[in-house]
Amino acid sequence: MSNKKDFGFETKMLHAGHIPDAVTGARAVPIYQTTSYVFDSPDKAAQLFELKQYGNIYTRINNPTTAVFEERMAALENGTGALATASGMAAQFTTLMTLLRPGDEVVASSHLYGGTYTQLEHTMKQLHVKVHFVDPTDIKNWQAAINNKTKALYGETIGNPKGSILDIEKVGALAASHSIPLIIDSTFASPYLCRPLDHGANIVVHSATKFIGGHGNSIGGVIVADGKFDFTNYPSIADPTASYHNLKFFETFGEYGFLMKARTVTLRDTGACISPFNAFLLIQGLETLSLRMDRHVKNALAVATFLKEHPQVAWVNYAGLPDNPFHDLAKKYVPKGPGAVFSFGLKKGSGDVREKGKKFIESLDLFSHLANIGDARSLVIHPASTTHQQLSNAELEKAGVGPELIRLSVGLETIEDLLWDLDKALQQSNL
Amino acid sequence: MGLRQSLTTEQSLDTNLTAEDKALFKHAKNIQQILKGVKTVAMVGLSNKPERPSNFVASYLLSEGYNVIPVNPRADEILGQKSYPDLKSIPVPIDVVDIFRAPAACDAIVDEVIEVGAKAVWLQLGVINRNAANAALDAGLTVVMDACMKIEHGRYNGSLHLVGMNTGIISARRAKVGLG
Repeated sequence: MSNKKDFGFETKMLHAGHIPDAVTGARAVPIYQTTSYVFDSPDKAAQLFELKQYGNIYTRINNPTTAVFEERMAALENGTGALATASGMAAQFTTLMTLLRPGDEVVASSHLYGGTYTQLEHTMKQLHVKVHFVDPTDIKNWQAAINNKTKALYGETIGNPKGSILDIEKVGALAASHSIPLIIDSTFASPYLCRPLDHGANIVVHSATKFIGGHGNSIGGVIVADGKFDFTNYPSIADPTASYHNLKFFETFGEYGFLMKARTVTLRDTGACISPFNAFLLIQGLETLSLRMDRHVKNALAVATFLKEHPQVAWVNYAGLPDNPFHDLAKKYVPKGPGAVFSFGLKKGSGDVREKGKKFIESLDLFSHLANIGDARSLVIHPASTTHQQLSNAELEKAGVGPELIRLSVGLETIEDLLWDLDKALQQSNL
Repeated sequence: MGLRQSLTTEQSLDTNLTAEDKALFKHAKNIQQILKGVKTVAMVGLSNKPERPSNFVASYLLSEGYNVIPVNPRADEILGQKSYPDLKSIPVPIDVVDIFRAPAACDAIVDEVIEVGAKAVWLQLGVINRNAANAALDAGLTVVMDACMKIEHGRYNGSLHLVGMNTGIISARRAKVGLG
């Protein structure tokens, strides 16, 4: 049998990375809940530790269950390989720790998840890495922030919290012209809605906790690399690595160089590995990804359209709506729909809009009030009364998260029930 | 770990080869035929420095049970194997010649490969010389170009998968145990 056929996304979602076990014939992916692996011989063990053989060493570095998740993600993103991590935050940190050295700089979109912003701004500063944040909607801003210390560009496919769509091809072309890699966090899109590597990104990171897992039960992250970036003149990947007898990762592993270094140096040394059981649950999530995402975006568009027309709603920020400023970019990069996470504003009445937001949250029966996205269930958060509650109304406006802003992650429930819940809460919060 | 003998894939490293080149010189069947069919690998340009890629590949192939014969005029012995100055000096039949040299050196090396009667020639990842590859093809040899013997072996024996790489292999059939 020859696999000349280029299999479709759904086939890869179910099969990539797992061949039924030679010994047991197990059809489902077995959970290898083990820390370590017996070596064939001292010589073989030495080969493994020197990276002269690919094999199982220790679950902090690799694991057979996790490897299925990794290869499946690489296949779905059209990448050369992948590395799973303990969380999405660990995925981006592992990526940056592998690429950067003290004194290096990064240019990042300012439309970022708050946790990412904190990691880039504060933790990276501790490591003597400066990150310049730019309004991502104009390529000139990216260009202006690049200098000879810039070692990576960073953005999100669907930017948090404004729901902006990044013009990945433009930013990718700019990165390529400076011989620096473009890293894209594609958590909001999942590989079903957008594959950034096909548009010129070099590395994709995900919080797999969200749509990939899809059921709100496991924290995990993943890094996927395109294998096309030429690291020849990129010191952190090309230069000899002291902890591996001066091994040169790019020369030795070619297109796998970045990922091999991320796994065998950064993950080994930082320890942010994923549990095999979590990897198993994320694999289960992947097996229904396309079905869930189709319903997520269908429900999201229906909810956004409903809210747009609602008298108690001031505005809706969803690129799936035709009058959204990012609608054209959404049609290009996320043609099936721009995800299921977006924000809207409650109409400011005579009372305190922050109180109105609280009342709205309290009036919901189906939307779960919590700080997560990408669950099969619908989720809601009112930043002004939770994550950003210490800020004044003026400070909230400045941060782009006004007191009227409600963020939704639209789930898979019966759409009429979701609209019923929202309508009821909007009416009850109309103080 | 045995080679997954029933499986092949067109998935391969992204290189400068055109689709036409790949069909000729990175054909999955040829790669598998060499990996499964050969025992003795002469490695031209094998370095005795342990951090060099060629040394990695040789070390890997030795541990996977291949006979590796170093061809390096500046070394007497590499990884415990006697080194020869050139292919013609090797006193035993050679199945495949794996070339770790600059592309420009490959024309002369391929002439020598044909002369000593090896059945196949393999130009390592990044070593691209279409003229030399075509000469080998015309002489009836099995040819692989711009691929790594260690990576390709790892792809088909499942070990590359263990480090999260995209092997491109998709199959619902039970994997096989043992070398094909």
